[in-house]
Amino acid sequence: MMMTDSSMGLVAGHPETELIASILAGERDRFHDLIRPYERRIYLTAFSVVKNEAEAEDIVQEAVLRAYRKLASFRGESKFGTWLTAITLNEARLRLRRSKSALTDSLDERTEDGAEVTPAVLTDWREVPLAALERGEIRLLLQEAIASLPETFREVVILRDMEEMNVSETAQALGISISLVKVRLHRARLMLQKILVPKLRAAIKPERRSRWRWPWS
Amino acid sequence: MVLNCRHVWDRISEYIDGSLSPEVRADVEHHLETCEICSAVLDSTRNVIILMADDRVFELPVDFSRRLHARLALAIAEEAPEQPADG
Ligand SMILES: [Zn+2]
Repeated sequence: MMMTDSSMGLVAGHPETELIASILAGERDRFHDLIRPYERRIYLTAFSVVKNEAEAEDIVQEAVLRAYRKLASFRGESKFGTWLTAITLNEARLRLRRSKSALTDSLDERTEDGAEVTPAVLTDWREVPLAALERGEIRLLLQEAIASLPETFREVVILRDMEEMNVSETAQALGISISLVKVRLHRARLMLQKILVPKLRAAIKPERRSRWRWPWS
Repeated sequence: MVLNCRHVWDRISEYIDGSLSPEVRADVEHHLETCEICSAVLDSTRNVIILMADDRVFELPVDFSRRLHARLALAIAEEAPEQPADG
């Protein structure tokens, strides 16, 4: 599933390497193709920082233009997608610092990497209620839970669990150590579990006799 | 090593990612076999992770991609990527 550690690094002969070389050699239009696979990821990256759709979109546009202008400085120490993610993150953080929401977000940081998180303990929940995602209210629960995390945790969980980057790519993009990625990811996942499990259970339960069967009773 | 529930919770993320050492993994599995609480925590955490990974949770704004590429096309038409600073 999501925890693969694919190593599509930037090696000679890799299509992305060739694409970048051709863009720098003058086929500029091919930059469209280069960024296409990463649109969703960089949008969520920007959103993880600013928590606002319109602003996230704006940040993505700026970051993509910046990546285009600076393409020659991409050296291939990381994957292109990781580099682009890091540029987006920088752009988003700059924007956040300039905006007034920086004030409210700094409160988040108190929950930093300190205290332990105790998960919610509920009985069996063996099946994944993916069908429930068709319901807007369930998506909203998940969005709110993610939004409620401290920014540093939200960034990690979005890159790692939503965009399925591996631990070292996530560390590179965020400019933090692999062990810090693991610590934050762990806390973020337990926080999400703690927030979501009781709510999801309550929200999904009334449906269980109608359209879907749930294993808990 | 005999683990208590707290120990297992502390390792649950790495357990799910398969990044624990074989010994610790075996200890965790041994605990999970007999502890319903930790089994429930494991299942629900895993389920939350699977839900989060679903693209439906966050959808891109309508026409996001079209606007992005339109803006990019303008920039591409106007300018080439910068030359590397160190030549
Ligand atoms: Zn236990």
